[in-house]
Amino acid sequence: MNNDFLLSIEGLTVSFDGFKAVNDLSLYVDEGEIRVIIGPNGAGKTTVLDLICGKTRASSGSIKFRGRELTRLREHAIVHAGVGRKFQNPSIYDDLTVFENLEISFPRGHSVFGALAFKRDAEVIQSVEETAAMIFLQDSLYKTAGLLSHGQKQWLEIGMLLIQKPRLLMLDEPVAGMSIAERKQTAELLHRITKNHSVLVVEHDMQFVEDIADRVTVMHQGKVLSEGSMEKVKNDPKVKEVYLGH
Amino acid sequence: MLLANTKSFMPKNDLIGFLVLAAILLVVFPLFLDAFRLNLVGKYLTYAFVAVGLVLCWGYGGILSLGQGVFFGIGGYCMAMFLKLESSDPESTKIQSTPGIPDFMDWNQITALPAFWEPFHSLPLTLIAVLFLPALFAYIIGVAMFKRRVGGVYFAIITQAVASILTILIIGQQGYTGGVNGITDLRTFLGWDIRTDSAKNILYFVNAALLIVCLLVAQWVRTSKFGRLLVAMREREDRVRFSGYDVSSFKIFIFCLAATLSAIGGAMFTLQVGFMSPSFVGIVPSIEMVIFCAVGGRLSILGAVYGTLLINFSKTAFSESFPELWLFAMGALFIAVVMAFPNGLAGIYQMYVAPRMGLLIGLLSKPKPAKSIINSAH
Repeated sequence: MNNDFLLSIEGLTVSFDGFKAVNDLSLYVDEGEIRVIIGPNGAGKTTVLDLICGKTRASSGSIKFRGRELTRLREHAIVHAGVGRKFQNPSIYDDLTVFENLEISFPRGHSVFGALAFKRDAEVIQSVEETAAMIFLQDSLYKTAGLLSHGQKQWLEIGMLLIQKPRLLMLDEPVAGMSIAERKQTAELLHRITKNHSVLVVEHDMQFVEDIADRVTVMHQGKVLSEGSMEKVKNDPKVKEVYLGH
Repeated sequence: MLLANTKSFMPKNDLIGFLVLAAILLVVFPLFLDAFRLNLVGKYLTYAFVAVGLVLCWGYGGILSLGQGVFFGIGGYCMAMFLKLESSDPESTKIQSTPGIPDFMDWNQITALPAFWEPFHSLPLTLIAVLFLPALFAYIIGVAMFKRRVGGVYFAIITQAVASILTILIIGQQGYTGGVNGITDLRTFLGWDIRTDSAKNILYFVNAALLIVCLLVAQWVRTSKFGRLLVAMREREDRVRFSGYDVSSFKIFIFCLAATLSAIGGAMFTLQVGFMSPSFVGIVPSIEMVIFCAVGGRLSILGAVYGTLLINFSKTAFSESFPELWLFAMGALFIAVVMAFPNGLAGIYQMYVAPRMGLLIGLLSKPKPAKSIINSAH
């Protein structure tokens, strides 16, 4: 087992009633890398993220993150190990304010009594304000999150991950449903945040992928079809056949 | 910012709400109600403990328990067992074939006090039991359900089954529990006769004060990060989980807290009413308690108290004249409230009364522009 990578997935398989959504998959992500996973519908991209963050349990295989095996950890322990996950649909707390949404993800007071004793001190306020500025929401801190636009909700969820200070950020279709202006802003945001994080992105939008990716992994039927730079992947005949050709 | 921080536990509006409620409970009711009615209000207020617990558990956390009567009952029974043992001294039970044990045991040919009754000779142990036995029971249910991610309707149904099972158990084990009649004929508390008007008066105040303490605890939980987490869990459980929280332990904690609050109510019920029976444990009382909470407004701890009082006052008034119609009337009221005012009395207050109150306060503090007030009222 190679421990030099931030994340090393080996022989990962999950089967749902016999259907292997992810089949003997191996994937390695370097520290500080932006890796994008693309592939046709049903290729198992989202399932890979689900497996890493513990939402789905692997049938076999291993997921090592900074030398720690994740497949047996519970979801919140995986988060504490340094993995943050953004869901496909914006998953935020509509009834709370932007401030409160971010505050909940601030990495302190995560036990029952910790939450009861949690104080909104200067450190929290500063951290929330900094994060809000980064995700273009500094003027909406006290707005109820349910009133934000779709794009702003996506940013807010990214912000909720950032404030958690994860080592690996997993984003599931971060620009889906965004306007062109919002897409550009999001790409810029991702470029900025990857200075301190490694990022694993599932995305369909090819322009966006070209914009941000260091390396691209193409998945097909639960397996890795091709891997490498966008340029290399684009010219791979196997990829053209199943995915990019049409 | 810092100012907002120190005031976060008790914003001005909440403080006014607390003071108004305290004034109603501690001054208005005792002044205007006779001993009988005051005792009746005291009895109603014991249900408010349950309703406050439900606001936290259901309103905030989204965990609907249809079995809160279980915890009300456990608290009530613990207190009843203590009082029963005190009134079953060998002297006053000497005509029994086994003196010194509760009368219903003697009637059921039981000749020695069962072991689980022994701790209830001691008041401290009884009080510990009132506070922690329901929490322990809730903890067991909580671990069994929430760790397996059972929630929503399934959880509600299971709590209902638990309520039903406990009722059947109490009724079936007549020799140990007093059966369907419950534990009756409770007379003194540490030698103090609780049946007199003056005792009932004092118990009313103790009860009201305890309720206010419990409300303050609920307010603290509600305004802490825990309270916001409850809302977050209600909306997006997965998001909370993947933000690094062990969601099940939060659910277990709030369910246990609601159980303990209910049990305090149950114990005060026994003290004020002088008996405890399985009719306060089962499904029907448990659902009634949910209705108190819903009518009061399931997001308002103070609303829960008013909802409880309103429903119980109407129940008393209504069932004096049309006893058979009451259940239908309550059902209709429940549906009406949920359909028209999902946030109950508290919602109505927020929507219609509070803006006008603000206007009134503005009117009193700013004597000048009558015109602008008329404008803003329209």
